[in-house]
This record gives sequence, C-alpha cells and structure tokens, in this order.
Amino acid sequence: MTTTIERGAAAGADYLDQRTGIGAAVKSFARKVFPDHWSFLLGEVALYSFVVLLISGVFLTLFFVPSMAEIHYEGPWAAMQGVEMSEAYASTLRLSFEVRGGLLMRQVHHWAALIFMASIVTHMMRVFFTGAFRKPRELNWLVGFVLMILGLAAGFSGYSLPDDVLSGNGLRITDGVVRAIPIIGSYLSYFIFGGEFPGQDLIPRLFTVHVLLVPALILALIVVHLLMVVIHKHTQYPGSGRTDQNVVGFPLFPVYVAKAGGFFFIVFGVIALMAATMQINPVWNYGPFDPSIVSAGAQPDWYMLFLEGSLRLMPGAGTEWVIGGYTLSLNVLIPAVVIPGILFSLLALYPFVEAFVTRDTGEHHVLDRPRNRPFRTAFGVAVLTAFFVLLVAGANDLIAAHFYMSLNDLTRIFRVLFFVAPVVAFILTKRICLSLQRKDRELVLHGHETGRIVRFAHGEYIEVHRPLDEHERWLRVAYEPEHPLEIAPPVDSRGVRRKGYRLDKVRQRMSQAFFEDRIEPVTPAELAAAHSHGAHDELEGGSHVASPRELEGSAPGGGRTIAEPADGSTPDARNR
Amino acid sequence: MKALAARRHHRSAPVVLLLLALLVTGGLYAALVPSSAGAAEATARDIEYGSELFQANCATCHGMNAEGTQDAPSLIGVGAASVDFQVSTGRMPMEANGPQALAKPPQLTDEQVAALAAYVASLGYGPAIPTAEQVDPAEGDPANGMQLFRTNCAMCHNAVGAGGALSEGKFAPALWDSTPTVIYEAMVTGPQAMPVFNDANLTPEEKRDVISYILAQRDGSPGGIELGALGPVSEGMWAWIVGIGLLVACSVWIGAKSS
Repeated sequence: MTTTIERGAAAGADYLDQRTGIGAAVKSFARKVFPDHWSFLLGEVALYSFVVLLISGVFLTLFFVPSMAEIHYEGPWAAMQGVEMSEAYASTLRLSFEVRGGLLMRQVHHWAALIFMASIVTHMMRVFFTGAFRKPRELNWLVGFVLMILGLAAGFSGYSLPDDVLSGNGLRITDGVVRAIPIIGSYLSYFIFGGEFPGQDLIPRLFTVHVLLVPALILALIVVHLLMVVIHKHTQYPGSGRTDQNVVGFPLFPVYVAKAGGFFFIVFGVIALMAATMQINPVWNYGPFDPSIVSAGAQPDWYMLFLEGSLRLMPGAGTEWVIGGYTLSLNVLIPAVVIPGILFSLLALYPFVEAFVTRDTGEHHVLDRPRNRPFRTAFGVAVLTAFFVLLVAGANDLIAAHFYMSLNDLTRIFRVLFFVAPVVAFILTKRICLSLQRKDRELVLHGHETGRIVRFAHGEYIEVHRPLDEHERWLRVAYEPEHPLEIAPPVDSRGVRRKGYRLDKVRQRMSQAFFEDRIEPVTPAELAAAHSHGAHDELEGGSHVASPRELEGSAPGGGRTIAEPADGSTPDARNR
Repeated sequence: MKALAARRHHRSAPVVLLLLALLVTGGLYAALVPSSAGAAEATARDIEYGSELFQANCATCHGMNAEGTQDAPSLIGVGAASVDFQVSTGRMPMEANGPQALAKPPQLTDEQVAALAAYVASLGYGPAIPTAEQVDPAEGDPANGMQLFRTNCAMCHNAVGAGGALSEGKFAPALWDSTPTVIYEAMVTGPQAMPVFNDANLTPEEKRDVISYILAQRDGSPGGIELGALGPVSEGMWAWIVGIGLLVACSVWIGAKSS
C-alpha cells in the first residue's frame, strides 16, 4: 500500500530521471562500498568545517565594509567613542555589537577556520602515517597538500581583514618578509600594498582574495580531491579478508549517507558550541591598526605560529649582510622562507621520494600499520617535532611569563631543540616501531599471556599462553616488509660502465637508510614450528613426560611457555 | 624712605639683605612646594613608628637611614607612593633574590604601611599616595585611556592588561587584581623594570583615564569565556583541545557504532 507522499516522491524522481538519467548514477553511487574507521572521518571534519565557513562567511560579507577610509567611531562600545579608525575596523565592531547574531557568526567563522586547519593537519597525518599516499594516490596527496596551503592563505587573508592592531602587526611581518626577498623584495612590497606600508589598498585586495579567489580554488580542488577518492576507491585498514583487490565495508546508502549527514551536524554543533561559549579574536581589545603599536603576546593564529617561532628563534646579529649597498636580510629570509620551504617541500614530495626509493610500482589499497614502516613513521614524527618546536617557540613570551622563566634562556633552548629534538624523535620513534613489531612477532609465535601458572606433578611451573585467533594473526603477519635494494654492478661483463649506475647508487644508499633496520613478519613455516611445539605439549599434558628442553620457549627473560588450546571452550587437560 | 637710603651703605647691609633673601626664598619654597599628602597628615608619632618598622623590616638591605647599600637602592626621595606600592602589594620586604620582586600577601597591616610611607616621605620629597579622587575610574575617559594604554602600556602588559614577558625572567604582571591606587603609584614611581610616567609625560587626568580603561576590562568582554585574554595562542590551544578533541571523540563514536 503506497501513500500519497511515496507516490509523489516516485513521480518526482521519475521526472528527474527521464530528463537527466540521474537514476543510474544514484544507483551505482548508492551501492558504492566504503570501509569503516573513525580516522576516515577526519577529512570529513575538514569538509564540513569548510561548509560552515562558507555559510558564516556569506553572512559576514553582508555587513563587513572592506575599506581603509578613516572615520570616527560612534557606537555602543564606550572604550572606542570618537576614536579614529578604518571603515573595515568600524564595520567589524558594528558586526560584533550591533548586528543581531553578528558576534556569534564572527566567532563561528573564526573557530571554524581554526578547526578547518586543524582537521586538515590531522587528516594529513592519518594519510601520511598509514601510507595512503602510495600509488595510485600520489596526485591526490599533492591536491590535499595544495588545499592545506590554500587553507593557510584563506586563514591569513581573513585574519587580516578586521584591520586591528594584532592583524596589522602580522601584515607588517609579511611586509618585512616580502622585502627580505633579494632584488625584487622592495618592488614586490610596493606592488602588494599599493605603495608604502600600510597604504590604502590592502584591505580591499585582501577581501577579494579572501572571499573570491581562495574559496573558489579551495572549492574546485575539494571537488577534484573527492572525485579522486571515488575513482581510486577508499583505502582500508589491514585486517582479516582485506586485500588490495577488494573493499570491505558498507554501502554508501543508507549507512554512510546517514552517518555523514549526521556528522555534518555534529561538526556544526561543536563549532557553534565553541562560538557561543568561548571568545575568539576580540578585536575591540586590540584597537584600530596603528603601525607604531605592538602589544605583548602578539601572535598569529595557530597555523601560522610556526613562522612566528621561526622568526623569533633566528639570531639577528651578523645575519644581515650589506653587499655593494644592497641589504641581504638572511635574518628574515632563512627563518621565513628557507626553513618553511624545506619543511613543506619534504611534506609535498615525500610520496615521490618513497616511490623512488622502493621502486614500488604496485597499487596499494590496504593501509600500512605505522609500526610496519619504521622509517616513514619516524621521519613523519621528526618533521612534526620540528614544526612543534617552532610552534612552541612562537609562544615563548607567554611560556616565559606564565611559568616564571627567562625569555632569553627559552629562546636558546628552543634553538638547540629545533636541531636536536627531530633527531631524538626520529631515533625514538624508529626504536618504538621496531619494538612493536617484535612484540607482534612474539604474540604471533607464542600467543597471549593468560596469567595462568600451572604446576606439574613433578613440581615444575609453566605459564599458559593462548594462541591468537585468525583475525588477530592476519593483522600481524599480512604485510610485506621492504628490503634494501640490490643493484647491478657498475660495469657489465665486458667491463663497460653501465648507464644509470650513479642514480642506482643513490637509490641504494637511501634504500639502506630506509629499510636496513627491519623486523620480518612471522612466516607460515615459523608459525607451524611454533604451533607444533604447542600442540605437542597439549597432547602430553595429562601425564607429563616431556623433557624440559621441549618446553623451552623463547619468551623474554628465557621463561618457559606453553600454548593453551586455541578453542577456549575445551576443558584444559592439565587441570583434570 | 630717607632713613633706609641713608643706611644702604651701612657695612651690615649685605648681611641683612642676604638674610632677607634667604628668608623670602625659604618662605616661598615652604608655601609653594607641592607638599605630599601623606607627609602633610603624618604626625610625629607616625614617623616615629614608621622609623621603628623600617629598622625592623627594611634596614638590613636599604641601610639604617635608608641611604641604600650595595644590595638595595637608597630610599631617600622615593616618596610615600613608592612605599605604598611596594609594601601593600607584598613585593617588599622581598622574599628572595630573583629577576624581580614578586607580589605576595602583604606582610604589614595598612596602618603599618601608612606609617612606613610617612617615615620614608619624611626623609625627602617624593611622589605622594594619590587621593581617592585622583584614581576614581568613574571620572576617567576609557576611550582616551584605551589609546594611551595601547601607546604606553600594552607592549609589556598586553592589550587588556593580562601581563607579558620581559627579558631575562623579568615580566610585566597582569593588572586584573591591581587597585586603582596601586596602578597610579606604579605609573608615577616606575617600580622595577617599569618606566616612570611622570606628570609631564602622562598628566594626572590621563593617568585616571588609563585606570578607567584598565578597570573597564574587568567588567568582562562580550563573546564568552575569555581564555585568559592571551590572544591567538590560547585560542589555538583550545581549538585543538576542545574542538578537535570533541570531534575525534564523535568520530570514534560514529566509527564504533557499526562494527
């Protein structure tokens, strides 16, 4: 029995299908299977916070005036009465104090921007550490990387729009960085600001960049990013039954449509909750921009903080050279251009470096467990550590003031840490990965410790181990370890030098650095050997006569181990 | 007039004239000097009591007659305002040597502080403790105070007075709990690393405007919890802790429901 509503919906769908042929697309798309894991939702957080940014941003453009014309403030905020300010700043104050819901929307927009960048970074970390950037997804990694850079551009241009003291300080630093570029720096600065800083043109220009150029690019690249996900199919975590040839999961409709739709409202809800209860960027505290003023604790939003930290750590003395009447400001150029350039290039090009080293041309749809790729995991943690040291150094004055420490000592400590901490993080992470792999081997070969100690009739004690079930074992043995490359000799059999040997040599060296230290997964033969040993004990358990040597396991500390029956339901023979 | 003219060549005339000049100068000075409020009201008993307190609490470092030692500066001429600022906020007597004296619960009672201030003020002329009217925030103009604060104070004390770091472990304290009197005294005496803002620099009215702006910050600011009013660093930290924390928790919840 069909109701009127159902008939109406069917008629509407039919009308659309006859004119667009959308039925086939919906059908195939609705049946598309996606794997399930919470970390796959991090990218969705970025997408949804971008949608929130668009919605709240449209509201803000209705009231914001992107003009640097000077006016005198007349409004409800007592501490600004009659103060001279730009129209941009005055309209931000009007948005905050006079437009109904304006302050909430401003705060929604700003919190959503912070969450947008944070979720992009966490999503990138997930993709990096699980090796989801491997073939065929290298290009999508690059698209994602460009999206992150565009996110930075969107954040920075938006942060500067209210024309308050804090954002003006940020623009002044940008101006300094632009001027530090050799030869063209000063021309470029005049071009960007339309004359001497701060000029009259910047806010309108930034407004165009912020509301038109960058969002359009982000939107276009998001479409490309998602289309590529559909084309490549989604990666899946390793587990029983999951291979590079299949996708284990649920169909898009109804499971993921419901989940993803619901998740959008959760993301919007969390951002709205933060915006309604936590103050962000109170521009009325900083006052209208005036180039002569800097207040203590002047920092950019968190995603630009590493640049601030980089500048704060660079020693000023002796790093500004005057060559033939031209100033080369290495004290700005190195921290603001060279160091971020190196860190970001490493990030963008890593998939290609790894492909070069492994010479791997196969497609990968099953993710790596981070521990099974110790070099990659350690490298990622090292780069993150370098970023984190710069980020914390960007807040060195707040740390000094709130923990009663010396600002000068902190700066010196961070200078050392910037070079030492990534190395230490690399070594530690690699060791931890290798240890986890050893633990996996140990588990596969000997099973879980049960905590049950059994005493035999003749007085000997043994510890009972429970073997892993098939699912647990699959997770721990189903991966291919990479080995250092073997390369052909430099000369062929006739003693003629081989082309491309040098490149191969570089590749071999890198490959050794990547894969020299590794733990091989348990082979079926090793597993069989370990199991027969356990089964043997099991058979003879009742009237125990096995020689102690047979019971000797390789448990850590040289303890003796014995396997428990795989099926926990059978009564233990030894306990009769 | 004739008698005076006849005697002007008298040999004692220069001495008499000199005495007269001294008398007039002294009299004018006594009449015109801006007498410090605390000192004017202070009785001899107060000064005597203050002297005793000084011997007991301060003389070890500042010298028996406040003349200063190699460990601490001379207090002759620092004025009652300086004593009131340092002692009523607990910075003096100093607890331990360090980059700067830290505020702590005051060790002396209000009467004792007043006596001590009177004693130090009696040693030489210095800034007096401001009157209640001089520091009344209701009479100040917070908009003018905001501009003065941003130009003169915010680079160390932060845009709303949340405090900030200085070099080598020194710091500009947060102004959330400072009384108007203490703020005025700090401006006029320039304690520790702080510069002096004398009356030529910031007039008493302008000082009152600044106080009015600082006190207006305590009424709270629109938009919710202020997160310490420390700017983008604390905002970023909370975006990660609350925002990403909640969203990851929700992701785990959604991801866990199916399996």
